[in-house]
Amino acid sequence: MKEAGGWLWRLSLANLLFLYGPIAVLIFFSFNASRLSATWQGWSLQWYRTLWANQALLAAAANSLWVATVSTLLALMLGVCLAVGLEGLSGRRQRQIEQAMLIPLVIPEVMMGVSLLLFFVLMQVPLSLTTVILGHALFNVPVVMIIVRARLRKLDPRLLEVAADLGASYWDALRHVTIPLLRPAILGAGLMAFTISLDDFIVTFFTAGPGATTLPLKVYSMIKSGMSPEINALSALFVISSMGLIGLSLLLQRR
Amino acid sequence: MVDQPTSIDIASLVKRHGATLAVDHVSLSVRRGEFFSLLGPSGAGKTSVLRMIAGFETPDEGTIRIDGRSMEAVPPNRRPVNLVFQSYALFPHLTVAENVAFGPRMQGAPRGEITSRVRVALDMVKLTSKEERLPAQLSGGEQQRVALARALVNRPAVLLLDEPLSALDQQLRQEMQVELKSIQERAGCTFVCVTHHQEEALTMSDRVAVMHQGRVLQIGSPQDLYESPTTAFVARFIGVSNELRGIVRRIDGDRALVQSPDLTGEIRIVLPIHTPVREGSAVTVLLRPERLRLSTEARGLSGEQSLAASVDKVLYSGSDRHYMVRLGERLVWNVRVPNDESGRNGLVRGNAIHVRWQVSDAVVLIE
Amino acid sequence: MKIPSPAGWAESSGRTVSWWLLGPGLLWMGLLFFVPLCLVVVISFAGRGTYGGIVWSFSLTNYLDLLHPLYARILGQSILMAAGTTLLCLIMGFPLAYYIARAAPGRQRIWLLLVMIPFWTNFLVRTYAWMFILRTEGLLNTLLLKLGLIAAPIELLYSNTAVVIGLVYGYLPFMVLPLYVALERMDRTLVEAAWDLYATRWAVFWRIILPLTRPGVIAGCLLVFIPSLGAFLTPDLLGGARSMMIGNLIQHEFLVARDWPLGAAISCVLMLCVVGMMSWSLRTAKPLSQREHES
Repeated sequence: MKEAGGWLWRLSLANLLFLYGPIAVLIFFSFNASRLSATWQGWSLQWYRTLWANQALLAAAANSLWVATVSTLLALMLGVCLAVGLEGLSGRRQRQIEQAMLIPLVIPEVMMGVSLLLFFVLMQVPLSLTTVILGHALFNVPVVMIIVRARLRKLDPRLLEVAADLGASYWDALRHVTIPLLRPAILGAGLMAFTISLDDFIVTFFTAGPGATTLPLKVYSMIKSGMSPEINALSALFVISSMGLIGLSLLLQRR
Repeated sequence: MVDQPTSIDIASLVKRHGATLAVDHVSLSVRRGEFFSLLGPSGAGKTSVLRMIAGFETPDEGTIRIDGRSMEAVPPNRRPVNLVFQSYALFPHLTVAENVAFGPRMQGAPRGEITSRVRVALDMVKLTSKEERLPAQLSGGEQQRVALARALVNRPAVLLLDEPLSALDQQLRQEMQVELKSIQERAGCTFVCVTHHQEEALTMSDRVAVMHQGRVLQIGSPQDLYESPTTAFVARFIGVSNELRGIVRRIDGDRALVQSPDLTGEIRIVLPIHTPVREGSAVTVLLRPERLRLSTEARGLSGEQSLAASVDKVLYSGSDRHYMVRLGERLVWNVRVPNDESGRNGLVRGNAIHVRWQVSDAVVLIE
Repeated sequence: MKIPSPAGWAESSGRTVSWWLLGPGLLWMGLLFFVPLCLVVVISFAGRGTYGGIVWSFSLTNYLDLLHPLYARILGQSILMAAGTTLLCLIMGFPLAYYIARAAPGRQRIWLLLVMIPFWTNFLVRTYAWMFILRTEGLLNTLLLKLGLIAAPIELLYSNTAVVIGLVYGYLPFMVLPLYVALERMDRTLVEAAWDLYATRWAVFWRIILPLTRPGVIAGCLLVFIPSLGAFLTPDLLGGARSMMIGNLIQHEFLVARDWPLGAAISCVLMLCVVGMMSWSLRTAKPLSQREHES
């Protein structure tokens, strides 16, 4: 199969084109001067300018940032504790908990959305930004846990033995050895959780109350009420910001 | 040597990996039914040659003919050769019998014939009792045998072996050397074997090609290579060799006076007949450790030469004693003396002695 | 990092600390994830009040309602579309994963990153990109009209095809990654060995590569099939009324028709499909070469 490289390469390139083409087209047309968004009529930044003037959009963006910040901090606290705590358990118990934690990542997001909606309504918790935050922290806890655990596994177990040998208590060893070593992974996990929260639509859609509009919800209603080049401009900003955040996160995880 | 028909004919084969010449104009021919080895250190290009014969790599220049047919543009699955991989590459999801049956099945042999051929092949490697096992359930030696059977069942014109014994431990390796040779005789097919292990190559092969930096330095029987190496590299790579470099100062019939920077004064050596040396040519004299003798007397028998030296170190290894003897500031030789004489050889460090050898045992290389 | 038990820390003290660390997280996940899921199951057996409330009388009515052709058609169509998406992802993803697995290590990292990046960009935005391309006044129609290939714009958006394109686009990375892991782990010389033993390229693929990478293939198919089956956004934006999938039906029952028990029953059916797929794959995903460990 050595000589098969040519067509494999071409197929792979076609795949990449498929993955990137639509995004590239979208960003390109966000600079289009025409309101008829599929015909090119020269460069313009006007759609970015109208975005900036849109008060409702800016309010939604502020909501999104708030939700992402609070839910990320929550998910970090719970997820890091879970990851570190799991290391102290023996094989079978550890595997059971770990597998249970993976379920939220595997099941369709719609399921998570409706079950939360049902739960909040039955518990008589009014839907608001708070319920959105709870929902986001829910799916981000396993994300944080997995990233931190991957890092934990790469650490040298002898480091903790050394700490014990030098008289550190279990708690001291965690505080002074494990957690500092995990810092890059924790930061990376935080950035990833932040991005996922910023991007989330479905769970937000089901758990947001009136007035609790986040940016994706706003984009959705804009799309539903008709195409406009402003959406392209907004999408371009979305793409660029999530790519930047994820790039940073991956960089941190690799260290 | 009777003129046997040629099995593989390779003419000025070249393979480049980037800017480096992995294989540098290699030409050789392998006779039918022969056990032929490509020997060399890692990076010598021997595996590249093997993979080009198998068809996994394409030569940049040169031709490969198998049984007279050019192999240009013939893919591996159409070549009359089979390769035994270094890692064996047994299919982990197939049983021993299924592994062996793979080749005939791919060639569309009828079911009944496949069964009988698999049986014969497994019989040849003595694995009939394990045919239902998976590769992971076999020992290293057994896996090696399956790999052999899987290749031999196709009755290839040439069987190619890539470092066939390198994954085995020392003991098994020696057993398999004998085993491989006898399997080859039973199967009656041409074997081409790549190895970096000189002892392995010498024991199993009819002829060996020594490769270094992409080039074939010498082709010959194991005895040829050991007794009359044509380059210092071959001499050093096969067995241990003592060397003396020098410049010829004067020629006197079949004798030459050689001056070496490592020795004080000149030594007189007898040259083999037809050695084309001239005054001023640089030569290297090669001597095997077991062809040297140590003696306290300067005078030797006729046809012997001797040099003054002192004992530097004595190493005892059971059957032999190894002496490191110092001939000059920067010149130390190895001398191997069988232990039956050890009673007389009570030499210790610092003893002044003479190293002696038969004139005909010295190999003289002209640079 | 395994926490050592000797050296001053009694085994039990490490354990206790671990449970204290685990406590809040487990409680959190239990309360917000497992309890709500159980609630969905319970409600799915409840009745619906006249004004959309829940009547606490339990029966199988909701599940029997699902047998109605209207719902059954959507369920069946969802499964077909998810299966089609999975198949397309497999066909497209396999050569890509194979190419990446065979590339030089440095280049592998770059390609993997390139495959991952779209996955990390906003799903809503990526779906919108296809609306922009496929709609009647969209890019594709504009181009085709300009090139004179078509006389009038063709209806591309709001169809099953558009939905499948969107799903493949969204979940292709999920297929490529596990395939890549399996292919990368596969011993490359096995392919050469098969080739040396007279196998054609086709035979190498069917008899060696596919059986040896089966766990990866199954994992990839699962990772694509499950979210495709439960997709909401893609069919909502790219599909029309005729291309509804289970996710849309659930959303419709919960937020539009306000028939929560029926919505919960549909969710349970979806959950059952997911759990069934997962347990089936866990049983079959074991590589063939490990058969001996079972005996």
